[in-house]
Amino acid sequence: MATAHPPILFNNARLVDPATGRDGHGSLLVEGAVIKDLDWGAVAGVPEGAEIVDCGGHVLCPGLIDMRAFVGEPGAEHRETLKTASEAAAAGGVTTIVCMPDTNPIIDDPAIVEFVQRRARETAIVNVCPAAALTKGLAGKEMTEFGLLQQAGAIAFTDGARSVTNAQIMRRALTYARDLDALILHHTEDPDLVADGVMNAGERASRLGLAGVPREAEVIMLERDLRLLRLTGGRYHAAMISTADSVDLVERAKDAGLGVTCGVSINHLTLNEFDIGDYRTFFKLAPPLRHEDDRTAMIEALARGTIDVVVSDHNPQDVETKRLPFADAADGAIGLETLLSAGLRLVHNEQVRLPALLMAMTSRPADLLGLPQGRLARGAPADLILLDPDLAYTLDARTLKSRSKNSPFDEARLEGRVLMTYVAGRCVHRYVE
Amino acid sequence: MLHSRAEVKPAGDAARRTGDREATWPHNASIPNNLVAGVGTPYSDDFKMTASRAADRPRDYPHRHLLGIEGLSPADIVGLLDRAEDAVEVSRQVEKKRATLRGRTQINLFFEPSTRTQSSFELAGKRLGADVMNMSVASSSVKKGETLIDTAATLNAMRPDIIVVRHHAAGAVHLLARKVDCSVVNAGDGIHEHPTQALLDALTIRRNKGRIEGLVVAICGDILHSRVARSNILLLQALGARVRCIGPSTLLPVGLDRFGVEIFTDMRKGLDGVDIVMMLRLQRERMNGSFVPSVKEYFHFYGLDREKLALAKPDALVMHPGPMNRGVEIDSEVADGAQSLIREQVEMGVAVRMAVLEALGSHLPNT
Repeated sequence: MATAHPPILFNNARLVDPATGRDGHGSLLVEGAVIKDLDWGAVAGVPEGAEIVDCGGHVLCPGLIDMRAFVGEPGAEHRETLKTASEAAAAGGVTTIVCMPDTNPIIDDPAIVEFVQRRARETAIVNVCPAAALTKGLAGKEMTEFGLLQQAGAIAFTDGARSVTNAQIMRRALTYARDLDALILHHTEDPDLVADGVMNAGERASRLGLAGVPREAEVIMLERDLRLLRLTGGRYHAAMISTADSVDLVERAKDAGLGVTCGVSINHLTLNEFDIGDYRTFFKLAPPLRHEDDRTAMIEALARGTIDVVVSDHNPQDVETKRLPFADAADGAIGLETLLSAGLRLVHNEQVRLPALLMAMTSRPADLLGLPQGRLARGAPADLILLDPDLAYTLDARTLKSRSKNSPFDEARLEGRVLMTYVAGRCVHRYVE
Repeated sequence: MLHSRAEVKPAGDAARRTGDREATWPHNASIPNNLVAGVGTPYSDDFKMTASRAADRPRDYPHRHLLGIEGLSPADIVGLLDRAEDAVEVSRQVEKKRATLRGRTQINLFFEPSTRTQSSFELAGKRLGADVMNMSVASSSVKKGETLIDTAATLNAMRPDIIVVRHHAAGAVHLLARKVDCSVVNAGDGIHEHPTQALLDALTIRRNKGRIEGLVVAICGDILHSRVARSNILLLQALGARVRCIGPSTLLPVGLDRFGVEIFTDMRKGLDGVDIVMMLRLQRERMNGSFVPSVKEYFHFYGLDREKLALAKPDALVMHPGPMNRGVEIDSEVADGAQSLIREQVEMGVAVRMAVLEALGSHLPNT
C-alpha cells in the first residue's frame, strides 16, 4: 500500500514537465502514490524519514503513456503476456500501456475488459488500460456495447490493426460514441487497396519484387473518416499515420475545428523503406515503412504539434510468424522498450525538442484518454522516469524483456536510457550496467 | 370532366355520377392540380360551402382528409379531441351503435400489418354505423408506385366514402389521397406521420392531466424511425406543451434540433421534471449493433425502469403506442404500474378514430 512506503525526494534533477513545456533544475517529492510537491530551482525541505534519490542532473519527467500496444494475453501468451509486456514497458520508461483488443478472445465484451484488468492488476508492473473493440469480433459489421464497455473500464474503442471499411457503420459508431464522449482510435488502411501489398509501393518495392501498398490506402480511408467526423462530431483519433498527405488532411481537419487527433509510430519517425534492406521481416509493418520524404514530414508534423502522440505500436511476433519469406511474414515490431531511446534520436538530431517529444508520449495521450498521468504537478500520480538522455548503447535484442524479440533496432546504436521507472510512487525498474 | 371534391356543387355532383369519370380517369396519367390541391393543408376556400353550413358548429373540421398533424390548426385538433370525449361516452354504453355514418362505406387499406390500429379503426367505423371492409395487402406483393395508384383507382371505382390507409412508404397516403374522390385517413405512412396516434395520445394526456399546455413531455427512444414521434411533436407543440426528445444520437433524425424540441442523449438528465414519459418501440433489427449495440445496453441506458422513472416528476405518467418490447424499451413493472396509461391509450384509440371518421363524415356529400 501507498502508506507503507516512506516519502521519496528526487533531488538535483532536470525536471521536464511536458504539459507546461517547462524544463529546468529542481526537485520533486513523492508521497504515497502521488506527487506531493515539486520545486523549480531551490531544493524543497526534506521530510523526516524520506528516501533521497540524487538524480545527478538527469531528466526527471512523467512516465510514458503508450496508446498502442498489442499484448498476447489472452490467447497468444507464447508471444507476450501482460507481465512480460509490462516489464518491457517499465524498462523503456512506459508507465501506462493502452492494449489493443486483437486478442483471443477479442476484447469486445465487458467481461473480457474486466478479465484483462484483473490479470493486469495481478501480474503487470505498469498501468494497463484495455481498449475495447469498435465492432463485434473486429468484424466491422456491428458496433460493440460502448456504454457498458466504458463502464467496465474500456478506455477507448478501436478495431486494432483493422479498419472499418463500411462507412455507414463507421458513421453510426462515431455518432453513438459521441453521446458517451468516447474516443475512437482507427487504423486507417483500406484493406482492398492494401490487397497483397507488403511494403510501401514504389521503386523500392518494384526492385525487390514485392507487392506495394499505395499511400492512398491510408489517405482515402483517413479522408473518409474525416468527412464522416464532420457529419457526426465526436472524438476521432487516427491511430498511426505514415504519409505526408495524411499530415495535410489532419492539419486541415484540425483547422476546421473537427475533434480529430492523430498518432505516429516510433518506427515511422525513425525508419524508412530502405531499412527493409535484404527482405528483413522485422521491418514489415502496417502501415508499411514509407519513403524518407514521408518520414521527414512525420517529424516536422510532430515538431509542429499536428501529430499528437507517438506510439510504440508494440507488436510481438515470434520466429514462426517472422522467419518466413517477406511477403508471408506477419506485420509488426516490438517497441515498448525502445520507444524513448529511438525517439531521442530526433532530439539528438535537433529535429524535435525534448519537451515536445515527451509531450507526445505523456501529456497529450493523457489528455486524449482522460488520464491524470502525464504531468509533473502536485497531486498527479507519481508515475515518473529518470532518464539519462545521453547514455549511449548498442541494443542487443536478446536482452529485451519482451517475450518476443522482433525489434527493428537490434544492434542499432541508441542514445538515452531510462535509469529508473516509478509507477504510483513505487520503483518498478532500475537500470544496472 | 374531372372534378375535385372541392369543386363539387350540386350540378357538378350530378356530373360526377354520369360515369364519364370512369371513362377517362384510369387512362389519364396527369391528374389536374385542383384534384390534389390542399393535400395536407386546410381547405380554406374549397370548403366554403360546407364551412358556412356548419359555421355555428365550433367543432367544424375544415379538411377533406386527415393526412397528418401538419396542416391542422390548434382549433382543429381541439375540435377533434372534444368530439372524441363524446365518443368515449358512447363506447362506454351497452348500446354503442350510432347512425352517423349509416350507409357509408369505409375501407381499411393496410399495406403493413397492424392488429391494433386496424381493429381500432374497424370498431370505430362500425360504432358509427358504417360498412367497414378490411383490405390487407401484403407488402411483398406490392410493387410500390404504379401498383399503389392502380389500387387507388380500383378502390375509387368501388365508391367508398372513407379510406383508412397504412403504408410503409412516407407520402404514399398523400399520393393515394390525390387519386381518389373520397376522404382519406392516414393510419401511418412510413416514418412520416401517424396522426390518429398523436390525437389519442393527446386525448389520454388531456383526460389525465386536465390540459396539455405547459406540460413537459419526453418522447424517448427510436425517434429516427418513429412516425408516432413526428406526429406527437407537431401536435403537442401546437397545443403548447414543451417536448423533449431522448435517445442515442444514432436514433435521432438529422435536423431534430430545428424541430423546436429539447434533445437529450442522457435519459437520466432528460427525464428530470417531466410530466409525461412517452416511450417508443425499438424494432428488433435495429438493436444488434446497427443503431444500438445490444438490447442489454439499450435497456441499461434507455429502457424505462422504475429507477429512471423516479427521475421524472412524482406524478409523471407513462405512455407507449404499443406493441411494447418488454425488457427492451420498457420494464414490465413500469408498463403495468400505477403511472402507466398504456391501457387507456388503447381505449382512447377507438374514441379518437370515431371522432375523426365523424368529422370527415360531416363533409361527405349527401346527394
